[in-house]
This record gives sequence, C-alpha cells and structure tokens, in this order.
Amino acid sequence: MKEKKTVNIHRLYAEDPIEADRLLFGRESDPVSRRGFLRRTGLSAMAAVLGGPIVFAEHMPGGLLPALLLQDGNEEALKKLGKHTGLTILNDKPWNIETPAHLLDDEVTPADRMFLRNNGLMPTSIDPATWTLTIDGEAVTKPVSFTLAELKQKFTHHSYRLVLECGGNGRAEFDPPAKGNQWTVGAVQCAEWTGVRLKDVLNAVGVKSNAVYIGYYGGDTHLSGDPDKVVISRGVPMAKALEDETLLAFAMNGKDIPLAHGHPLRLVVGGWPASASGKWLKRIAIRDRVHDGPKMTGDSYRVPCKPVEPGEKVPDEGMCIIESMPVKSVITSPKSGAILDKGRTLELRGHAWAGDLSVKRMEVSIDFGASWQAADLKPAHNRLAWQRWTANVKFPETGYYEVWARATDSSGRSQPMVVPGWNPKGYLNNATHRIAVRVR
Amino acid sequence: MSDDKPIISPEQRAAYDRVNTMLNRLTLVAVGIVVVVVTLMFFPQGLDLGTADQVAATEVPEVDPLEEGIVDGIHVETGFVVDEGWELVRANCTACHSSKLVTQNRADRAGWESMIRWMQETQKLWDLGENEPIILDYLAKHYAPQRKGRRARLTHIEWYELEP
Repeated sequence: MKEKKTVNIHRLYAEDPIEADRLLFGRESDPVSRRGFLRRTGLSAMAAVLGGPIVFAEHMPGGLLPALLLQDGNEEALKKLGKHTGLTILNDKPWNIETPAHLLDDEVTPADRMFLRNNGLMPTSIDPATWTLTIDGEAVTKPVSFTLAELKQKFTHHSYRLVLECGGNGRAEFDPPAKGNQWTVGAVQCAEWTGVRLKDVLNAVGVKSNAVYIGYYGGDTHLSGDPDKVVISRGVPMAKALEDETLLAFAMNGKDIPLAHGHPLRLVVGGWPASASGKWLKRIAIRDRVHDGPKMTGDSYRVPCKPVEPGEKVPDEGMCIIESMPVKSVITSPKSGAILDKGRTLELRGHAWAGDLSVKRMEVSIDFGASWQAADLKPAHNRLAWQRWTANVKFPETGYYEVWARATDSSGRSQPMVVPGWNPKGYLNNATHRIAVRVR
Repeated sequence: MSDDKPIISPEQRAAYDRVNTMLNRLTLVAVGIVVVVVTLMFFPQGLDLGTADQVAATEVPEVDPLEEGIVDGIHVETGFVVDEGWELVRANCTACHSSKLVTQNRADRAGWESMIRWMQETQKLWDLGENEPIILDYLAKHYAPQRKGRRARLTHIEWYELEP
C-alpha cells in the first residue's frame, strides 16, 4: 500500500503539537513547563476560534488541541449544510443528521431544522435548466422526458404539508441492536412541498393496465464511487403513486429545494417511509411488478410479515415491504430536562401523525402511563400533514417526573409504551416519546 | 470641525506600526485557521495528496500511537478504540464510509460478520482475507451489544430552569 500524505489539523497536532500551536495560533508556551501562553496573541487567536475566553490559560498544556475545536468542526459542517448547529451528526459519509425533539416545534419544519438522510454522495453540480425527468418502464405506452420548465408549465401546481419520517426513526432503542444509523426521535419533519401531481404527469404519459409499482432513480453517487452503481431506488404501489398528495416537487417552504434535500426535483410521498421520496429525481420507471431496485429487497425497509422473537433469523420470503408509517407523536416543548416550581402549570406542545391515517386522540401521562389526560388536538392543515397538540399538566408533588405522550389513529390504534415488534433493521419504533421534568 | 491633521509623535508612529504588524499577523493566523477548518470539512479523513488507490488495505504501516492523535485510548480523528486491529478497521472501513457508522453500531461477532457479508455482496467491499478474523475480533470486543430491555431509562438529561 502506498504511503498516503495527509495534512490536517489532527495530524499537525500529532506530529509536533508545540509547532502546531505556533503555526496555527501563534502560540508559544513556556519552553520549560510547556504551559501557558508566552505571547497573548496566541491566546486571543485560539480564544477567537473557540468563541470565548480560555479560563486558566496559564495552566493549559502546550500542544493540546482543544476538544471544543472538534465540536467546532461539527458546527462548521452543519452550517455548511445549512443546518441549525443544535442538530446531531450521526454520520458524515454519507451525511445523516438528526433533529432533537425540541427543535421540531415549528408548525412547518424549516430547512435548517430538517433531518437529513443520505444513502450515497450528494450530486455536486446541478443545472436546473438542463435537468430532465424521464418516465419509462414496462408499463408506459412509450418513454417520455420532461425538462423541469416543461413540468412547471404543463401541469397545475399544488402545495401540501407532508410528513416525511425515516423508516428507521427510533432504531436506537431496539434490543438486540439493529444495524444502521442509530436514529432516536428526530428523523421526522413536516415541510410544505410545492410541485405537480405525479398522477397528472402519468396521465399525460400514458400508463398501461399492467402497471403495479413505480421505482425512482436519482442523481446521487454510490459510496464506492462507482458511477454505474445505483445508490437507492425505491418506490410505491400505483394506488399510492396516484394519490393527490404524491408530488414531483420543485419547491420546499416556498423556495427552491435545498441541495441536501433533493434539488432541483424530488418525489414526495407523505406518510410512507421517507426513503420512498426519491431525491435528485431523474427517472421514474412504471413497473409491471413490485419494484426491485436497491433497498427494496432483503432487510431494507422490510419487516417480518408475522411477529418474531427479538433477534430471530427471518427468511427473505418472510419479509414484507413497509407501507404506511404507524401512528406517532413528539413533545416539542418544553425541552427534556425542565426544572419548575411546585404549583406551576406546565404547558406542553407537540405534533402527532399517523401515516396514511389521521390522529383522532392525543393524551399525556405524568405517572408512567398509569393515568392519561386528554390533550387538545387540532385537525391537520391537509391530509398527510402532522397535527398540533397542546396540553397543560400540574404535578401533585415535588420530585422527578416523566411526561409521556400517546397518539391514537383514526382506526383506533395507539402508540405502545414499550418498543414495538423487533425487526432485523430496526424500523417502525413508534413507542411513546418521553421527556424528563423535575418539580421542586 | 478642525482641518488640522493630528500630529503623531515618532513613539506613537512606532506603537501604531507595532499594532498594525500584530493585526496583520492575526489576519494571517485567521486565514490559516479558515483554511484548516475548510480542509477539515471537505477532507475529514485528511487531504489526500497522493494517488488514491482503490486497493484493499491489506497491509497497514506500523504507526507510533503518539503520532496518531490518540487521547485516552481513543483515536481522535475517527473515534475508534485503540486496540489490536484498529488500524485495519480504519483502513478497510473508512475507505468508503464514515467511522461514525461503525462506532454508533453494536453487534456480536456474527452480527458484524453479516454486515461485512452484506457490504461484500451489495456495496463492493473487497475480500478482507486473513485480516477478517482480526477485524471481527476487534469489532466484537469493542462494539458489542448492550442490553437495553424493552425500554431503557432516560439518560443524558440536561437539567435547566424553565423560563417563567
């Protein structure tokens, strides 16, 4: 193997920390004790990078790369991606970033508070003027391509607020652990998407009666760098594809879709695993069978058709594709960890959603589910959008409490209080969200 | 307002020059920091100045831990626990994906083996050869499953005073 020459800040510190201090921050520490800052410029430069004064600077050993600087690297990366610095980076190649529950408080999720799930590498150069979408596959009369401008001109525009939740949201709680990005609660969002209806476009193209499924193809690159390898190509049955709310979207929250979220065109299929909503959309195949692209088969976005014991091996033919996401809710205010005085009423707020269905009841508990109190639940802005809920609770005594939130969908199914059915890849954890509260 | 230009003494001029020089140096330092941070962002695994060989990393040069940025037994850049086999894991796994994908997952030896097989079958991971048992031993030892039960207690609570 060839020796790789690498230059980065960690390497610089690894090779000669004292020299790295001098090079980067003009810092010279005491040559005998190797502590402190001989010249104040070094201290102020380092402090400027860290965004605050360095306390006990005289004791700071020379050549110690401040841990905060690594944190700073994360913050810079989040800013570069247009993300709020409070988000959590689970993975940086490919990018997978989750939103803490308290940052999901907005009625319409802003771009900077939107979780990010990439399977491959994002496209680097996109020209909306030359971007085309091709509709082809076994079940079209003949393949047709549209430019972005043609899609916008030929078809009526529609806007919907749509919940997109990662199928693996909540994966971190499964036991035995499920492989993949360890999402906790924040891989969900409800933005306002504007585009044209897929059904309008398919009507214009002409779909044959043998159509079964759609399968998308996007402009991202496989992690291996192989340009011919498809990163992910998923889809939905025709009935879901032809719903009013299934959009070919070119705008999000009234602006161009950010690059990380699928600029200049993406599929948006509300209520189903967000992986069905292909980004950087270039092609949709109308299939005469269930789509079989990468991440439609095996353990990907599939769960055991019948319940299994945790950790059980499940044969391929025993796995079924996830369709609608289950009923779920999140407490977005207050942030977990609130301390309040006895006698004070705590105002709670959050969202609830139920895949293809709606939420008909919302309840909260402060006694680990022994009793439940009804919350006020608003109707959705449109079908497949999340619903706002609010509740006021009083605590009878001082001490440690957990507030649990539970939604019930229009078919009567509620969120479980424990982690639901185990599955190999850890999908569909819709257990009640919990926050900690201390009353004194 | 007076048209008089302020009179500067030679001492003041010298002091001004000193401040100016210092500011220039600070600017250089600031530019340097920006370059380093941007480099870090774009090349989290380091700026590759050599040819990128898509060859299985079967041999890893011996490294001196002191020169590799290791703090409290953790390799700072990747987050890997430093123990036998960690360089092999770094060389073979982070060629395609972030080390974070390894360090956030937990599995027993069979579980890690199945992930490797899946990557070999679908994601173009190469044959790990005689290094595979070393890699599996390392992963099974340091990234083993922890029992969580049906629902774990809430942890990492950051307590704060709720605003009135």
